[in-house]
Amino acid sequence: MSIFINKKTKLLVQGITGRDGSFHTQQMINYGTNVVGGVTPGKGGTKVAGVAVFNTVEEAVAETKANASVIYVPPAFAVDAIYEAVDAGIKLVVCITEGLPANDMMKVYPHVKAKGARLIGPNCPGLISVEQSKVGIMPGTIVKKGNVGVVSRSGTLTYEAIWALTMAGMGQTTCIGIGGDQVIGTNFIDVLEAFEADKSTKAIVMIGEIGGSDEEEAAKFIKKYVTKPVVACIAGQTAPPGKRMGHAGAIISGGSGTAKDKIEALNKVGVPVAGSPTEIPVLLAELIKKSKKKAVKPAAKKTAAKKTAAKKKTAPKKKTAAKKPAKKKVTAKKTRTTKVKTVTRKKMAAKKK
Amino acid sequence: MKIHEYQAKQLFAEAGIPVPAGEVATTPVEAFEIAERINKPVMVKSQVHVGGRGKAGGIKYAENPEAAKVLATNIIGMDIKGLTVKKVLITEAEDIISESYVGIILDRATKKPVIMVSPAGGVDIEEVAAKTPEKIFKLHVDPVEGLHMYQARNLAYKLYRDIGQVRQAADIIMKLYNVFWNVDASLVEINPLITNPAAKVIALDAKVNIDDNALYRQKRIAEMRDIESEEPSEVAAREGDLSYVKLEGSIGCMVNGAGLAMATMDLVKRYGGEPANFLDIGGSSNPQKVVTALKIILGDTNVRAILINIFGGITRCDDVANGIVAALNELKPQIPIVVRLTGTNEKEAANILSSYNLPFEDTLDDVVKKAISLAGIEN
Repeated sequence: MSIFINKKTKLLVQGITGRDGSFHTQQMINYGTNVVGGVTPGKGGTKVAGVAVFNTVEEAVAETKANASVIYVPPAFAVDAIYEAVDAGIKLVVCITEGLPANDMMKVYPHVKAKGARLIGPNCPGLISVEQSKVGIMPGTIVKKGNVGVVSRSGTLTYEAIWALTMAGMGQTTCIGIGGDQVIGTNFIDVLEAFEADKSTKAIVMIGEIGGSDEEEAAKFIKKYVTKPVVACIAGQTAPPGKRMGHAGAIISGGSGTAKDKIEALNKVGVPVAGSPTEIPVLLAELIKKSKKKAVKPAAKKTAAKKTAAKKKTAPKKKTAAKKPAKKKVTAKKTRTTKVKTVTRKKMAAKKK
Repeated sequence: MKIHEYQAKQLFAEAGIPVPAGEVATTPVEAFEIAERINKPVMVKSQVHVGGRGKAGGIKYAENPEAAKVLATNIIGMDIKGLTVKKVLITEAEDIISESYVGIILDRATKKPVIMVSPAGGVDIEEVAAKTPEKIFKLHVDPVEGLHMYQARNLAYKLYRDIGQVRQAADIIMKLYNVFWNVDASLVEINPLITNPAAKVIALDAKVNIDDNALYRQKRIAEMRDIESEEPSEVAAREGDLSYVKLEGSIGCMVNGAGLAMATMDLVKRYGGEPANFLDIGGSSNPQKVVTALKIILGDTNVRAILINIFGGITRCDDVANGIVAALNELKPQIPIVVRLTGTNEKEAANILSSYNLPFEDTLDDVVKKAISLAGIEN
């Protein structure tokens, strides 16, 4: 299994005749992605890498039944391309293009939501569901099939982290770059929720960076709803305040958005933060070990406690005190889970039927 | 991109926001002439891209043109937080009855513009937010609907009781929102928004930052860029289509990708060094970019070793290697360079560089450690 894309994904490439579009169309096909068509106004009727090109997304969707699109068009036209895709009924739009004005993004975001679609990016490397489908520009050679979900605001740093996992023998389910801009369509929480619901994903790696408060929000979400082990990595500990570090969103402004704050927030909810990408698999292995122990321990404790309680009636105080808060925690978590997880649960229930 | 106060005030004035009369001067004589034209006491305000100008002595009151000339002589050439003052704004001095704050920024969490007002103006608003958050009032605006008059008026009521002043402030907030939207600003700010003895509401200061991604369609604003007020190496990097930020350390870094560049800098620090810069050569692998990047790093006299870290995806390692060779031949660097090229076409890259005797490392951690040892930093 995987999230967002799989073998059934039928992909359109918007801007397929451009330099990047044509190159990556071939790369995606080589990986096994089902690229069903491309769109470039004025180039309809031609072919790129054996793929039919259409003048409009509407026409392409009618002909090919595409359900996802990837955007490589230049920044001045990329926002329009997002509108065109969702208006034609596409439910997953991945925008690779970098340099979209924030004002335009603020306007298109609610439109995408209203159409019930998902936007990933802009300014992102896309995603790979290992051995199923690749949408975007991530190198297909570094991934390996497994059970770790990877989500990141970065591009090459993600590759570095994926490579470290692969070298350590820890394969992946889906690897996704959500983009480095200020306004992005899919944030950490959206992806964490999807990974939590995905049965084949057993552990999660989250790569953040300075700027904004997405990592802090993710930490809160993890505490409440994520049961799978999560390891993080935060880039930009040495970044000075007030300077944009490449990504439009990577800026410490007004003293907020520092790496220190993010690391603290994550550590507080039990998410270890790697100091280097190579440390990620090490921390993840430790955490998986621990969580397995944890999963065993409470049960063992309970039976042990029951036994001792049955034997020694004189010293129950400590035991009950230790038991009660543990119980409370579990119930609290359950009630909270039911509140927000209704959507995911409905989906799961639907699948079961 | 940042623009100066005098440029921001020009945008405000065009939008109909009341600002004190004023003009910019680059010499004391000009300052004298402007003050004479204004024909009232003036403020002499340094125009640099940094906060806390007043505290640093960069904003002074002048009773008459002669005093303005003397102050301009002192302030022009002054150093404020590492930036040299090249221009001063000579502007009509106002008597201040009250000081408020109005600002609009993009709120990333809600993906909407947020208007913030506070009756506690004239001071650092971040300090107000930290110490007395109850004195800051926020309104998120629907980016599609825009700002409604009643919303602006509700905010104005947080600042003033007098209906006359409320109306003036509401009008200013509406117009400020238009400026924010029309120039693709990432921040617009009036601090302080004052009332004078005639009960008039005036924008005494103005700050506007522009979204770099929108500069392609904001030609006029893009031309407002004051290259003289920026770090020359950062200007050169921008012209070479590179992302570069100068820092104080001694390990020069050249990396592809912003996230990886930051992670590399973090590792430099972790292993006992200090990064000299952030530099992202971007996704393309144009060899000329590599030459420009190395030229910029070598121009920093603090640099004692350079590390090149490339994780090839779209970027092809052999292209980068060709760029390194061109740079070595052209620039003949005298300081050690250590290289890690991994991913797409890494073998070809190793072949290209084999005759150049550059230290080659396989992993991110190793290339950082090597650079630090080559820089002669004791660990």
